[in-house]
Amino acid sequence: MALHIICCVKQVPDPETPASQFRVDEAAKKVIPAPGIAPVPSQFDTIGVEAALRIRDALGDVKISVVSMGPDSFRDAIKHCLAMGADDGYLINDPALHEADHWVTAQVLAAAIQKLAPFDLVITGRQAVDWDMGVVGPTLAELLGIPCVTIAKDVKVQDGKVVVERVLLDGFETVEAPLPAVVTVSNELGEPRYPQLRQIMMAARKQVTVWTAADLGLNPAQLQNRVNVEALYIPETKVETEFIEGDTVEEKVDRLLQRLREAKLI
Amino acid sequence: MANDILVFGELTEEGRLAPITFELLGAARRLAPALGGRVLCAILGAGLDGHSQEAIAQGADVVLLADDPALQEYQGDAYVPVLERLVREKGPAVVLLGQTIIGRDLAPRLAARLGTAVAMDSVEVEVQDGRVLVTRPCYGGNARARYSFNTSPVIATLRAKSQEPLERDDSRQGEVERVAVNVDAAGVRTRVLGRVKQKAEGVRLEDARVVVSGGRGLGGPEGFQQLEELAELLGGAVGASRAACDLGWYPVSAQVGLTGKVVTPDLYIAVGISGASQHMAGISQVKNIVAINKDPEANIFKASRWAVVADWKEVLPVLIKKVRELKEAEARR
Repeated sequence: MALHIICCVKQVPDPETPASQFRVDEAAKKVIPAPGIAPVPSQFDTIGVEAALRIRDALGDVKISVVSMGPDSFRDAIKHCLAMGADDGYLINDPALHEADHWVTAQVLAAAIQKLAPFDLVITGRQAVDWDMGVVGPTLAELLGIPCVTIAKDVKVQDGKVVVERVLLDGFETVEAPLPAVVTVSNELGEPRYPQLRQIMMAARKQVTVWTAADLGLNPAQLQNRVNVEALYIPETKVETEFIEGDTVEEKVDRLLQRLREAKLI
Repeated sequence: MANDILVFGELTEEGRLAPITFELLGAARRLAPALGGRVLCAILGAGLDGHSQEAIAQGADVVLLADDPALQEYQGDAYVPVLERLVREKGPAVVLLGQTIIGRDLAPRLAARLGTAVAMDSVEVEVQDGRVLVTRPCYGGNARARYSFNTSPVIATLRAKSQEPLERDDSRQGEVERVAVNVDAAGVRTRVLGRVKQKAEGVRLEDARVVVSGGRGLGGPEGFQQLEELAELLGGAVGASRAACDLGWYPVSAQVGLTGKVVTPDLYIAVGISGASQHMAGISQVKNIVAINKDPEANIFKASRWAVVADWKEVLPVLIKKVRELKEAEARR
């Protein structure tokens, strides 16, 4: 039987947005999208899809489902993953869930994953690159009651087990877990493949299944956030830059070293 | 007790208390008066003699030792239930862990099992009007978010070097409690097949006091040899921007930035790095940045304490030569 991998993805404001164009609405505690800069799939999530595709490249008989929770615009992130080569896309779009914290998000994704059962492997990014929290993947493992391996640089499926190279400070460890399991992936896995035009055209024609909370048997009124964002703001940067002067490179270097020695940094 | 703070005492690979543990104890000590509770330090491992006194000297009131061969090395499936039971028994208001390879795995799972929430990679924990508030960078360091919690205990991981440790005080008194550990072998579903050390010598990027980083402006992989030379002279490590890693000029394991590593050296020397948001996310906590770039408008200069507007190809050889002279002079003294 085919191996079934479920990848969780999120759409985020482009993290390459220049800092000068980054704005927040402090009252709404939300980021104001930079004009003319389209949102993108969160980088670590597409690395997760890449990991799933590599497993399919190796084993052949692998079905890859992509699940996302968010407004209709999150379809673009799903379509990107379908164009990369994933098979099916699912979007949980329910206005009652748009303010979900990581706990509610994990509950909803877990319900969606269970609806897509049987599954063998759930892959998420090590964190979403907007809130940078890194909690949903391990929480999914706890909610689903299955093993969890975080911060992977390589993911293989062998003999009914997942074999993961997990990034350590000065190397990696190889960890084996029985399936089904949750794996979160890191950038050390490598660049996600970029879809070809033909794949983008094909993905555009694919249907994305849309679910509400009720379709997953959930009542949003019972899904309570566990954290509240009390404030969101741009931190003041209090750096006073000294431009090191000098007529020659030698002079500039001498002056720089003098500053570094005064500050006891070298 | 309901107003205590429990610190997860992390060990280094060599089995000593890690610097992050002292930083967490410092943060907990400063938080304790506002909560009116004690500072507990839970240490999980095997062969834990000698750690208690050090934890007490660094700020713990009570050290909880979970000493068992099954805890020799970190495995989530073994550590999570032990820490979960300790937290349930002791009932602290706040649990602090380090934002480390272990903390990133352990904290979310602990929170899920305890039915509470966690704020990861935080830089500040405070009590205001009896509520615990946690502040953390988000959006790649472009923004800060402050959180309150609807559930208890509050769990937070703290970023390395975001907190000052206390001065070690060996006259401090505290209690030591050995806790019974029953690791259910059947509950440990994962198995470690092996560990590979990739960099046997040199300083780790995450631990380095000095980081010398290169970006697209280096124009090719060759420039990194000079960065390595400078880093070695300064006892530091070499980092790279995403652009340089994507181009294959330097290993991705050295990537600093949003989709790489967050580093917190005392001194960061950015060579040929423009300062894209992506990169700045990895150095948002660094106070002393030296930027060498020939473009006077480069974004990196805005965050730099010292800016050198020049071609790195001219600066680096001189810089290396003069640093070497300085180091040789120091060695002679």
